[in-house]
Amino acid sequence: MADLRTNLAGIKSPNPFWLASAPPTNSGYQIMKAFDAGWGGAVWKTLGVPVVNVSSRYGSLNYRDNRMMGFNNIELITDRPLKDNLREISEVKKRFPDHAVIASLMVETREEWHNIVRDVENAGADGIELNFGCPHGMCERGMGSAVGQEPKVLQTIVEWVKEVAKIPVITKLTPNISDITRPARAARAGGSDAISLINTIQSVIGVDLDTFVPSPNVDGKSTNGGYCGPAVKPIALNMLKNCAQDKQVGIPISGIGGVENWRDAAEFILLGATSVQVCTAVMHFGFGIIRDLKTGLERYMDEKGFKTIEDFRGKALPNILHWEDLNLKYKVVADINKDKCIGCQLCYTACEDGAHQAISLSSDPADRKPTIIEENCVGCNLCSIVCPVEDCITMERRDDGKQHLTWGDRTREGNLPKTFDDPLAGGLHHWVPEPAEALAKVKPRHYKG
Amino acid sequence: MTDTEAYYESSRCLYCYDAPCINACPTGIDIPLFIRQINSDNKDGAAKTIYESNWMGHACGNVCPTEELCEGACVYNHQDVKPIEIGRLQAHATDRVIRSKKKLFRTGKDTGKKIAIVGAGPAGISAACELRMLGHAVDIYEAKAKPSGLCVYGVAPYKLTNEEAVDEVNYLQEQFGFNVHYNKPITGRADFEKLEKGYDAIFIGIGLGGTSSLGVPGEDKQGVIGALEFVEELRMKQQKTPVGKKVIVLGGGNTAMDAASESCRMGAESVIVAYRRGPEEMGAYGFEFDLGKKGGAEGVFNVTRGEVMGDKAVKGVKFIRNKAAYGKIEAIPGSEFVEPCDMVLLGTGQGKQVELLEQISGVKLEHKSRILDDRGRLVVNEHFQTNNAKYFAAGDAVNGGVEVVNAAAEAKKAAHGIDQYLKK
Repeated sequence: MADLRTNLAGIKSPNPFWLASAPPTNSGYQIMKAFDAGWGGAVWKTLGVPVVNVSSRYGSLNYRDNRMMGFNNIELITDRPLKDNLREISEVKKRFPDHAVIASLMVETREEWHNIVRDVENAGADGIELNFGCPHGMCERGMGSAVGQEPKVLQTIVEWVKEVAKIPVITKLTPNISDITRPARAARAGGSDAISLINTIQSVIGVDLDTFVPSPNVDGKSTNGGYCGPAVKPIALNMLKNCAQDKQVGIPISGIGGVENWRDAAEFILLGATSVQVCTAVMHFGFGIIRDLKTGLERYMDEKGFKTIEDFRGKALPNILHWEDLNLKYKVVADINKDKCIGCQLCYTACEDGAHQAISLSSDPADRKPTIIEENCVGCNLCSIVCPVEDCITMERRDDGKQHLTWGDRTREGNLPKTFDDPLAGGLHHWVPEPAEALAKVKPRHYKG
Repeated sequence: MTDTEAYYESSRCLYCYDAPCINACPTGIDIPLFIRQINSDNKDGAAKTIYESNWMGHACGNVCPTEELCEGACVYNHQDVKPIEIGRLQAHATDRVIRSKKKLFRTGKDTGKKIAIVGAGPAGISAACELRMLGHAVDIYEAKAKPSGLCVYGVAPYKLTNEEAVDEVNYLQEQFGFNVHYNKPITGRADFEKLEKGYDAIFIGIGLGGTSSLGVPGEDKQGVIGALEFVEELRMKQQKTPVGKKVIVLGGGNTAMDAASESCRMGAESVIVAYRRGPEEMGAYGFEFDLGKKGGAEGVFNVTRGEVMGDKAVKGVKFIRNKAAYGKIEAIPGSEFVEPCDMVLLGTGQGKQVELLEQISGVKLEHKSRILDDRGRLVVNEHFQTNNAKYFAAGDAVNGGVEVVNAAAEAKKAAHGIDQYLKK
């Protein structure tokens, strides 16, 4: 049976599933309920300076009938008194000594940092997370992402914290920066024991077409918020990969960004995360999703023969290279399984209008199953992605697997194409129809104009 | 269908290329487009997409045999996934604009031409709308008191209510401004000659006539009525019409099934659908018979009807069992039986209005067809023009009796035929 126990830079928890610092960790009440449900850890909603929140705080990006595939918020750090939070931290730790309670912090001066670090340590917190990520409300006051975007400032504050901290320190990074490894390296240089990422992405979630006010609407006005939810997962995975592959970062990582089910969590772990943090999915479905997260990950680990999280953590990292190190000789083409094909022709129109004109239709209108024109197919995957039938369009290998040549190899050998006519140039092999052929194409009878 | 259900259902549509549902629709409605318009909260746009192809959009959304047409063609069927509920989505979109009374169309520039339409059924109304789009003036002459033909008088009310059918016609009339003269039957040669004098072209959309007679002894007994007439009466009287305790429906068509389903619903103790061949050979769609069976109707197959028994009132029908041999039906000697009943509904098909149509000079009717059902149909060319150049026709009178959607499709083409004829 898989062992889900996790140790992130000395912070131990019964499983890798933590609640991210956010509304679900606003109170001891919520965190006790979460631990009771099965969550392994919780990062307390950020403690710091007094704030005032606005009314109307969230906005949602829906896709068709799916709600909250993206989510943004303009809520600030906790507005509850520090002493209440500290008392509740003690109470939770007393009741759940083996679960991880991490205090998220955000203050300004060195003295404030020293004081609050001591406070949460005395309350019994297992670790500290420095909130250098919040992209709204706090950054205007020189905190949150304003710190995360300045590696030097970030490093200084980490150093202040480490001057007094006896428990592990995690630095939470903002994705609102072009190279995530710079603040990550600065965190390590300042002595941070771990990093966590990503915080929310600066966003405008959408505009109301009647009021012309983006959401959330605060008395007829809005502001940029922080974007999160399933839609941000690919951005989070990329930044996680960048930090996990960077030897100068080299400290444990808690992964955050769009985790909703065990599959998402497994992906974060495969790219190097030791624990994963969840917020939006809980705000949508409640703490009960932990049952799927735990049982799903356990089953996956058992099936793959992984006994602990460490057995597969980072296993996908060697498989992500720079583009220039990919094999130019590898060649796949699409293959349509006509027994499975349902004749929607989405692959046809996607390839015809959106890619490389490598799919043809039968001249017999009764035969709706398209055919790949293999000599035009560049192996882009688009048809297999739009196909609504599982495993109907597959990408089949056509090279013999014996040759391996990368752009990097070519660069090193000085073997790069100099002109477009050069046989080495890729475009030479890319067939396109003549422009006027577009107008001669047979259109469906209902296409007007 | 609520807005929420429409939103969920429209979210499922795959937006197929050159979608099979479009090609399965006789009027070729761009179904994936209107579903996408519903999904993006552009319901007016959705309704416009529907009406551009089919002026009976709301009626069709309700009465179309979608399992056989658009929904039957949905690619989800090949994946064993429930097809998109196209009919209900269509009715949802059109219902919205009909209730909001929002004008979606503008009539064409006045051409100064006038067209008379005989019959305010699906064919007549569709032709009227299309002709108004082309700028021609239209007067419709309707024998009955309400428009919409069989939509009001002939299909089972669970499919479409009278109010819904009439509201759609009123909605269309409001934006197209054609005139409908109700209770004005065209009855003979003199009437047609008057129309010929007063109008530049005439469109015939008179459908079919009443239920054909059986040609067996005793069918004049009390309690024997046509299935269509039965449906008409219950529709006009909101089901406050008598139904027998034991009902026998003779026939295997869709009207027979409607009559059987409605009899069950109105409280008949037993309803038997008697058909001379096997169930798979019935003209009715499978789902129509299934619906009747769910209501409690039973099928008795491979029986030939004989005499209708009784004194003044019907007491039963004599049948003889038969078997099919070499495509022909052969009676099985000695297998006669009498099925008792107190009501017989004749689902034996509608007759053609041959006598009326023969009053128009120069039109040709199908007489020689080997298919009995085809005899008496009006003969038209590909522009739905009859042998008398001034007369055009579409719908049941031409096709022998199919669906509302066929009438709508044909009438639209006929309107363009008239337009071309008038431009010559």
